[in-house]
Amino acid sequence: MSERCAVIGVGQTHHKAKRDDISIAGLVREAAKAALEDAELTWADIDAVVIGKAPDMFEGNMMPEIYLAPALGAVGKPMIRVHTAGSVGGSTSIVAAHLIRSGAHKRVLTVAYEKQSDSDAMWALSVPQPFAAPLLAGAGGYFAPHIRAYMRRSGAPDHIGRMVAVKDRQNAMRNPYAHLHLADISMEMVEESMMLWDPLRYLEACPSSDGAAAMVLAAEDSISGRYPPAWVHGMAMRSEPTMFAGRDQVNPQAGRDCAADVYAQAGVTDPRKDFDVAEVYVPFSWYEPMWLENLGFCDLGDGWKLTESGATAFDGDIPWNTSGGVLSSNPIGASGMLRFLEVAMQVRGQAGEHQVDGARLALGQAYGGGSQFFSMWVVGSEKP
Amino acid sequence: MSPARTIRPVSVASFAQARNVRRDDEHNEVEMLMPVVAEVFGNISITKDDVDFICSGSTDYLIGGPFSFVMALDAVGVWPPRSESHVEMDGAWALYEAWTLLQEGEIDAALVYAFGRSSLGDLNEILALQLDPYYEAPLWPDPTSLAALQAQALIDAGKATEADFAAIASRSRKSALENPNAQVAIDIAPEVLLEDPYVVTPLRRHALPPITDAVAAVVLAAGDKAIEWAGRRGRKPVWITGMDHRMETHSLGARDLTVSPSTAKAAEMAGVGGGPVDVAEIHAPFASQEVIVAEALGLGGDTTINPSGGPLAANGVMSAGLIRIGEAAEAIATGRARRAVAHATSGPCLQQNLVCVLEGEA
Amino acid sequence: MTETAHEPVTTLATPIRLDFDFTPGVAQSRFLKGLAKATFMGQRCSVCGKVYVPSRGSCPTDGVPTTDDVELPNTGVVTTYCVVNVPFAGQSIEIPYICAQILLDGANISFMGLLQEIPTDQIRMGMRVEAVWVDEAELTPSLSSVRYFRPTGEPDAEYDTYKEYL
Repeated sequence: MSERCAVIGVGQTHHKAKRDDISIAGLVREAAKAALEDAELTWADIDAVVIGKAPDMFEGNMMPEIYLAPALGAVGKPMIRVHTAGSVGGSTSIVAAHLIRSGAHKRVLTVAYEKQSDSDAMWALSVPQPFAAPLLAGAGGYFAPHIRAYMRRSGAPDHIGRMVAVKDRQNAMRNPYAHLHLADISMEMVEESMMLWDPLRYLEACPSSDGAAAMVLAAEDSISGRYPPAWVHGMAMRSEPTMFAGRDQVNPQAGRDCAADVYAQAGVTDPRKDFDVAEVYVPFSWYEPMWLENLGFCDLGDGWKLTESGATAFDGDIPWNTSGGVLSSNPIGASGMLRFLEVAMQVRGQAGEHQVDGARLALGQAYGGGSQFFSMWVVGSEKP
Repeated sequence: MSPARTIRPVSVASFAQARNVRRDDEHNEVEMLMPVVAEVFGNISITKDDVDFICSGSTDYLIGGPFSFVMALDAVGVWPPRSESHVEMDGAWALYEAWTLLQEGEIDAALVYAFGRSSLGDLNEILALQLDPYYEAPLWPDPTSLAALQAQALIDAGKATEADFAAIASRSRKSALENPNAQVAIDIAPEVLLEDPYVVTPLRRHALPPITDAVAAVVLAAGDKAIEWAGRRGRKPVWITGMDHRMETHSLGARDLTVSPSTAKAAEMAGVGGGPVDVAEIHAPFASQEVIVAEALGLGGDTTINPSGGPLAANGVMSAGLIRIGEAAEAIATGRARRAVAHATSGPCLQQNLVCVLEGEA
Repeated sequence: MTETAHEPVTTLATPIRLDFDFTPGVAQSRFLKGLAKATFMGQRCSVCGKVYVPSRGSCPTDGVPTTDDVELPNTGVVTTYCVVNVPFAGQSIEIPYICAQILLDGANISFMGLLQEIPTDQIRMGMRVEAVWVDEAELTPSLSSVRYFRPTGEPDAEYDTYKEYL
């Protein structure tokens, strides 16, 4: 009963600290128009729109699909707004893909964005709750203790985080859309940057970006576009409770289960070998080795060794985040969709300077909340 | 995309809601949801292990903190990890997402829930933040005033009178006397209601929905599970035979506020016209809006509208739409209807609308 | 004006202020009332036996109400921590400060607490700590009743004793 689904168009904005040249509507439209052009379609060809973003308080605009409907050509069409915390860009893509797979629609536009400069995301993440201690200082304050736990558990040396911070920024130099273009990035530069949430330094953390991402998804009989389609071979979401006794926040079960599910759907048995490239949500440098283990690219405790060996570098055997990743552009709500979109670009062969030669099968991953929400998909150049 | 596409029959296998109240001061969201989730499973003797997917609907701005849906999951206990999703929309759209997944045929059952406490902040201010953040929201137009603009347009077009609004309010709250979960249930004649003062002309107090804290949950089931689970309480399955939702433009000035083309389109796609409608559960928060939705759905005089009392009897923001689907299904399951339509809305002046058609077995 | 007449408007400020009531709920109310008496009140899940503090009223893994109250001691262990050195709007503590995950003795979940009376470079995972309460007259049903946590001077806990809470 399930239809095949493919990505036939992708678009993204130039991500920046402050896109004050454009409104929220203009921002999402910039990405959506680019995706339509890439798919060689017009607004009228779209059957439904699925939009996602992180908390509405980031911009101060409640349930923004209501305001954005006309800007996204959604008038007269079905429109859905997804919110699953930081994984939302990924889950938005998945909800859109289900609209195709269920046979409900032929072509669906999916968009995700954040315009962080319109409000204060740090404030929105740290809204003082009554009766609670005002300790939390943004996402870094939440994740830094778990990073320390990973370091303790794996015995990873301090420089691994810095290596990831450098590698992803070097990759970003190949991506014209990336927010950070730090030509002179180096291990020393990262080490000398300010310690924000010990053990996390400024340059080991993602920036705060304005940006949007968009994709056009289509059913098998509605393929178009400038590049061959990226076929969806598997997709899954998993959630676990935010806090519970014995919860493994370094290597969450929900992430392992989600990966096992998409790998089974896509016939992947050895992710390091089977995938040609991966785009994984790494907002803080240490999450690369942590997710390498969680996603089964290596044995438990060996993630940092894989990073250290250069395997995940642009010229490594399993490049991770050749786009520069979340460490180089972080329009929060869109960050997950950018992972999903970038792997589609890879298997379509349209990634330009950060293209991995001959990429045929790729993994996109997004996570959110306190690492309790995961969404993943596998896309390939061949029909599943 | 045509109305003729094959729909996998999916049933509303169970429905539960908390008693709708003005304010629940005692419980937090998790504590409000837990008994409702337990009831929605208990109705058909299943557990969380029997559902393959979970989807919820809620909005952060009702509680005033980010990620309000996150902790709500603790009411279900998603361990081991579950396939789960959330829409920042009324739970009716969460149900739509789950229904879409069920259409693919790979899973057979889903839990849908919604929660929203309209009482914690000033709803008129909160909902103003739904408007264009550059041109409209800075002026803080409240939803009641916008609904009043719509009501006045309706009157000016000769489509309704204030007496019609009073009749709708009177009927709704009288019907609510039969609904133990309703918040405002009272038998007052329309003539008496017409003595209410205006809140915003031409809307008098009775034409406005109450402020409500509410939670609700539904289990959807397909295939053998639908039949077996209904059978566990001596019922026949209530099937969703069509569902669709449509959006309109945000600019009020660009819309004819006296009609709802999005509802009409969704109704057409969902197949409302394919048979008689015994019961319609309409999510029109303001009495005036029921006139518009009823017309767009193409309802005739044979249809009983909002036997539950509808949103004029209890209007839990984010759950009122899902409750309409649940109430419509219950009307069929308990033999009060054979075919029913449920409607949900979002945005100012009925900007976005969802229509769900449900049928029982003969 | 003439100089800027052709410049686009790029920013407009819309101050938004919304006030909300907060309902802690039955379980959190017990916890908060405990704080007013300088005690940590937790709850045990009747299904899995785990002790949650603070409890939000449900067992997050079993999805059942937690009804069995447990009074916990003043002492615990730092499972992990970070040193916050970033300023943000609404911050009320002088940076840098230690934000620690504290596992109270007898609890099965850690919570975030402020650690003081120790230089930020001397904090360790496994450190034994105790709560320092405000003066009795200042106790309220709020976490502000806990001034902060401080080291007890006892030997550090073995890694194996708390590693499952990381």
